[in-house]
Order: sequence, then C-alpha cells, then structure tokens
Amino acid sequence: MRKLALNDEILLKIEKPARYIGNEVNSVMKDKSKIDIRFAMCFPDVYEIGMSHLGIQILYDMFNRREDVWCERVYSPWTDLDQIMRNEQIPLFALESQDPIKEFDFLGITIQYEMCYTNILQVIDLSGIPLNACDRNDSDPIVIGGGPCTYNPEPLAEFFDLFYIGDGETVYDQLLDAYKENKKNGGSRKDYLRKAAEIEGIYVPQFYETEYKEDGTIASFKPTDSHAKPVIQKQMVSNLTDTYYPMAPVVPFIKVTQDRVVLEIQRGCIRGCRFCQAGMLYRPTRERDVETLKQYACAMLKNTGHEEISLSSLSSSDYSQLKELVTFLIEEFKDEGINICLPSLRIDAFSLDVMGKVQDIRKSSLTFAPEAGSQRMRDVINKGLTEEIILDGAGQAFEGGWNKVKLYFMLGLPTETEEDMKAIPRLADKIARRYYEIPKDRRNGKCQITTSTSFFIPKPFTPFQWAKMYDKEEYVARAAVVKHEFQGQLNRKSLKYHWHEADVTVLEGVFARGDRRLSKVILEAYRLGCLYDSWTETFDNEKWMQAFENTGVDIGFYNLRERDSDEIFPWDFIDIGVTKDFLYREWERAMKGEVTPNCRVRCSGCGVMKYKGGVCIESKN
Amino acid sequence: MKARIKFRKYGVMRFIGHLDVMRFFQKAMRRAGIPIAFTGGYSPHMIMSFAQPLGVGITSDGEYLDIELKEEIDPQEAVRRLNEVSVEGIEVVNFCRIPDDKKSSGMTIVAAASYKAILLESAGSADVPRAFPESWSGKADEFLRQESIVVLKKTKRSETQADIKPMIYQMKLEEDGIYLFLAAGSEQNLKPDLVIRAFLEFIGEDPDGVPFHYHRIDVYARNISEPKNSHKFIPLDSVSC
Repeated sequence: MRKLALNDEILLKIEKPARYIGNEVNSVMKDKSKIDIRFAMCFPDVYEIGMSHLGIQILYDMFNRREDVWCERVYSPWTDLDQIMRNEQIPLFALESQDPIKEFDFLGITIQYEMCYTNILQVIDLSGIPLNACDRNDSDPIVIGGGPCTYNPEPLAEFFDLFYIGDGETVYDQLLDAYKENKKNGGSRKDYLRKAAEIEGIYVPQFYETEYKEDGTIASFKPTDSHAKPVIQKQMVSNLTDTYYPMAPVVPFIKVTQDRVVLEIQRGCIRGCRFCQAGMLYRPTRERDVETLKQYACAMLKNTGHEEISLSSLSSSDYSQLKELVTFLIEEFKDEGINICLPSLRIDAFSLDVMGKVQDIRKSSLTFAPEAGSQRMRDVINKGLTEEIILDGAGQAFEGGWNKVKLYFMLGLPTETEEDMKAIPRLADKIARRYYEIPKDRRNGKCQITTSTSFFIPKPFTPFQWAKMYDKEEYVARAAVVKHEFQGQLNRKSLKYHWHEADVTVLEGVFARGDRRLSKVILEAYRLGCLYDSWTETFDNEKWMQAFENTGVDIGFYNLRERDSDEIFPWDFIDIGVTKDFLYREWERAMKGEVTPNCRVRCSGCGVMKYKGGVCIESKN
Repeated sequence: MKARIKFRKYGVMRFIGHLDVMRFFQKAMRRAGIPIAFTGGYSPHMIMSFAQPLGVGITSDGEYLDIELKEEIDPQEAVRRLNEVSVEGIEVVNFCRIPDDKKSSGMTIVAAASYKAILLESAGSADVPRAFPESWSGKADEFLRQESIVVLKKTKRSETQADIKPMIYQMKLEEDGIYLFLAAGSEQNLKPDLVIRAFLEFIGEDPDGVPFHYHRIDVYARNISEPKNSHKFIPLDSVSC
C-alpha cells in the first residue's frame, strides 16, 4: 500500500484531505527504479482548480506514454496545510508517489494567470528549492514554466530555469532526451541549460541581459551566452488531429471546477478581437477532425465515467463541423443520462434548438459578450457583434421560452467615453424591452438581464499592447457611471449589474506587461505573506502595495503611460508569428474605429501564415 | 429490479468522505457498464442509495449501497467489472439481487453496526496499533454495568445530554481491539468514537490524548423472524441474498 506524505493526524485536521492523497482513477503509478526522468507537473492553485485544467491532463498523458518518464502531479497546498507544512518542515510532495518534489528531475509549472505568481513561489519554496534559479545546483529539479503567461515571462524570469513558449505537444521529447543525454555524460546543470537553449521554443532567462534607458524603458535585450537564441520561436502543433489527447484523464474524488469530459474541438480563433490575447497567441486557428472527436468523446466518457461532456475552444460557433458534432453527442448520449454542456455559442436558430434539447429552458440563461456597449466602441475593439444581432438573438430566445440573459462587457477600453459607458445599461434595457414586446400571456413572467463588467487589461501580443490603463479610482468611477445609468433605465427592475474589483486589475496590468524588475516585487509580496491572490478571501491589496513601496517599483510606469510605437517591449524577443507591424497597424485602425474582417473572410496578413497551418491553408488544399 | 452491493473501504480511501464515495460509485457504474436505472426529467440521476454514511478516517469491511437495474446482470460479472474499474481502497465483495419491495431497501432497514476500535501508538498513523494496558482488562464490563452512560452529543445545531447505554448492544475488549455492536440507522444511531470517549473518561484517561482508529465490520438489519426488541440482527447482505 502507498505510504502518504502526510500523517493521519494532519489529514484528519485539514480541509478536504482528498486533495493530497492521489490514488484517483486513471492516475499513473510506475516503478521509479525503472524510469529515467521524474517530472512533477504543477498547477499553482488549489487542487480543485488545477485538476480542472485540460493542458495538464494532455501533458500528463503525453509524458507518461514514455516508458522512461514518470509524470506526477502537484498543486498548491491550501492555506491550512501550507501553515502546517511550514511549521513542521514537511517538504512538498507529488500526489502519485508522495515523494518530495526536490527528488524530481523537473518541476513543470503551468502559468495561466498573473495572480498565481506568489503561489509559484510557494510551490518552489515548500519544495525546498532555492527561489532564484541562479542559486540552484545539480541536486535541484529543473524548474520549467509553460502556458499563456509565458508569452511575457519576464516578471518571473528570476524564478525559472526554462520557459517553454507555445503548444506543449511539440518539443518536450527533445527536451527530455537532451536531459537524459546530459545526465549520462555527467554534464552539469549549466550544460543542460545550454543544450535546452538550443531547442526551438525554449527560453533560458538567465542567459539574457536587459539594459534600460534613463526613462525606464528597455534599451536592449540580448543573449549573454552563445547557446541562447536572440529570438524564441513559438511552438505550434500544425495538425491538431494527429497529436496527443488523453483518452483516460484522471478522475478526481472530490468535486472540482471542471468535473467533466472536456473535448477541445479547435485551437485558435479567426475573429481578431483587438483586446484578446488568446486570439493572437494561438493563431492560426486549427480544427480537430470531427470523426476523431466523436471517438474521443466515446472513449473518454467510458474511461472516466463522467456524467457530463463539454466542448472547449475559443468562439466555438466557428468550428465548421459543430452541427454534426453536437447532433452526434445528443443522439449518442442523451439517453444515457449524460449531460451535454455547450460552450457559449452564437445565438441563432441552430444553437437555440440544441440548447432547448440539452437544458431546461426555464432555468438556463443565454450569454452574450458584446464586450462594449456602443457600436463605435465595438468597432474599436473589432468585436463583430452588432446591436441588431444581439436584439435579434435575444428576441428569438425569448420567443423560444428563455427569460434570462447574461451580458459581459469591459470598461476602460482605449478611447472609451462616458457615452460608451452609458451605452451598456441602455443596451441591457433594449434587450429587456424586446422581452416585454412579447404579449403577456405568451411570456414567462419577468425577464432577468444580468450585466457584468470587468476592467480591460492590455495584454502583450495584442493590438492594444501600446494602450494605457487607469488608476483604481478611475476604474471605480467608470463603474459608478454605469451603475448610475442603470438606475435611470425603464426596465431597471429587470436589470442587474455586477462589476469587478479594481485592485486586482491594477496588479494584473502591471504583471501582464511587466519586465524583469518585477521579480523583486513578487518575491517581496510573497515574503510579506501574499498567497492565493486570485481568491478574494485571501487577496491582500495592502500587502501588495507595501511590496511595491519596499522595492521602489512604480506602478504608474507600467500602467499609466501609452507606449511609443518604437518602444522595445519585454516580450519582443518572442516570435508568435503575428508580427509587431501587423499589431501596430491594428492599433492604428482601432484608433480610427476601422474593423478588420476575420481570417475566413479575408487574410489580413498578420504574419502567422509562415507556420503553414490551420485556417491559413484551409482554402488552398 | 434491485441489487445490493457490499464493499470494503480501506487504506487511503478512508480520507474520502461519504458524498465523494457516492460520486465515485456513480462514475464507477458507468465505467463498468452496469445497467443501472435512472430517474426521469431534465437532469436524470442514477437510482442508488447508500445504507449508512461512514465518517472520514474510518475504514470498513461492510459498506452497502442499493441500486436499481434496468436489465439483468450476472452478479459475479458485476463484481468483477466493478473491481476492474475501482481503485485501491474500494473493493466490491458482493453483488446480489434484492426484492423490489420498499421494506428491503438499504436505508430504512439498518438497525445496527459493528466496529472494532484499535488503540494506536500515535494519532499520526492508523497502521501502528498498540496493546491495551494491563489495567484496562475487565473495565469494559464495569463500564457497561453502569446504570446509565450519559454523554454530550454534539450535532451541528445543538449539544444534548443523552444516555447511550441502551444503544450499546455489545462491547468487548479483546487483544486486538475493542469490539462494539451499536445501534445504527435513522431511528437511533451511535458513533463508535462517542462510546470510546465515554469509556476513556470512565477509566480516567484523557479522551483527547489516547488515539484510536475505528473500523466498521458490518452493518445489520433486524432479524424479522425474531421479536422486535430481541437485539438479534443479520448482516444487510444476508437479508435477502
């Protein structure tokens, strides 16, 4: 029987001991004496969040297919266990073997959002690995980062040995083979990092140096080691059908956020919304073959026993075989009590028809993400959704029996005026009016229009990467304008309004576009006790402000200035295929309110054609 | 048609709570392809009921759940398939048809449960038992000879004084543990730790300082061929299997 890292007394004292015992269905056990590389895969948040992440399940499966590798999982211990581990000096362990992370060859951390940065330090620290990559020696695991935040890894540069830029399915084999080779030859840690630096898509931050101008912007960013490449090429799987996908994902005992089979139908998005980082990073859009997806659905449901399946992608309505896939799922599984979870689809006759089949109309709500209230503002962000489309879709849904609508918007977008803000409640009210146009005897009581706004954060590799943000007071003021306008609407009793906190927005903004000098702020915040910053109950803004003050780093420098066209960004050394020229052209078009058609309507020459994949070659086959 | 499943819960699975064990079985039924019946409506769920919840930390050789089947399945085949898709720490030991009438349903007929309380070297490990001190011998009988055994029963909402003596059907101190036979079910239910705490207090030990591990041996129904208050019970899987 497996011996647990935590004793019974601790396990019976803490919340949800199931987070730490492993043993789940489909978790992989191997004989550690028969493998060469031990890989600990980490999602730096609590188990229930980490277990819901598809990317880790893909990589876990991919690594464990190799006989010479044993990949295990590790998540952030919740605050109760965190304290106990510190007090009793218990090292962080992997779920499968329950062995200390420190004994592993690799610690891989997926970096999904900025507010998990202190949790990354927690994981490294509790593992007993030096926080700063330069302080590590041959006995420490190689700490490697991946995921969306690594498209600007600079704020975390000091803490990682390697960053993997791009789709995980491509060069890990090379990276692992090089590790084995180096170990066999008795090479040092430094030798390995040099070899890794030569692999496409691998960035070794300690081999680079940044020089700054007097105004704080970057003067130069250059490799300091001959093995390191000046430009890191994003890795991309060109054929999504012919790659890895986990047929038997790990099934948690406790309820996790995403407690279902997840079917990734496509990667990338054709739309080109100017605020959207994923829409640029994952270009070109690549579809997975529908017949393959059908097989995956059957196999995954069988192997997990999940009672729900959900489709995953950006803008799912753009998946060309959506109708066929959804119809198949309904026909195949509806009678077996399998719940089919549809992603937010464009509202049209088809989507209303399938939604009516898979969910209870009276309980479910429709979701629209117009992102901006006025047509002018939507043109600026290149969101091709018009008021007419929204009202028409809502109208059809209301006629079909729905009476709940959720609307999502952003505040603080570039060029936003008070009129644009006020257009949000007005649009919500128009939707409500459309509902009350239906005769009383044919409608289902009152309607409920719920509007949420978040504050816009400019992200690297988007046309808005040059944009400025605002301070906290300004964000709160903008939300107040919206709130006030809501109170003046005819149907105000049918309208609800929620807005996000502004504190976190400011921090996310700093780290999204930050540089290496922010490493010390993150470290200081962690030392002051910041942890689980994405959780409202544990987020402590005062400590973060203290960390900026203690380190002398100015938030305004990162958030409150519009960047010049020729400014060197911390992430410029990464080539995602989409060129900076294209992004700047889009920024200029945004300022003029000019829309750019999507990839299927017309190629805009973003540059990603050089990968020769997906939508770029679709019509040329 | 209905079936009763008996399973063991041991090892690390003792840290999985009752609701999560239910979720585990729902998914296991699908993986094993057991032809279980569903309720109707927009969100159909499996027709499945558990006999007696088991607290986190407790192991068991006698856990039960009843399911409704939509078609016949060979019991041995069902046991084999369920164990094939199970994890270490949950083992199905029996699968049998039960009558369709309400009277036999697992939830309602539970009347008693037997436990073994094992004295531990430390609270840190349930796997390292310790022999009982010489001075405890004979104390279990003395404990039971009391007129009444009044303890403070804590629920989520309140604390009440209760005499648990009538709910202790048997208590024996043996070499490898204290064997308990206690009332269980929806009418009256006694948890083994409550008895052991009262016992420790009775012999002058600190209940918080003496660690025990609890193991459920089986769950019982009243033997209907015996008179009502006879305290004659039969294990749930002998009721009709």
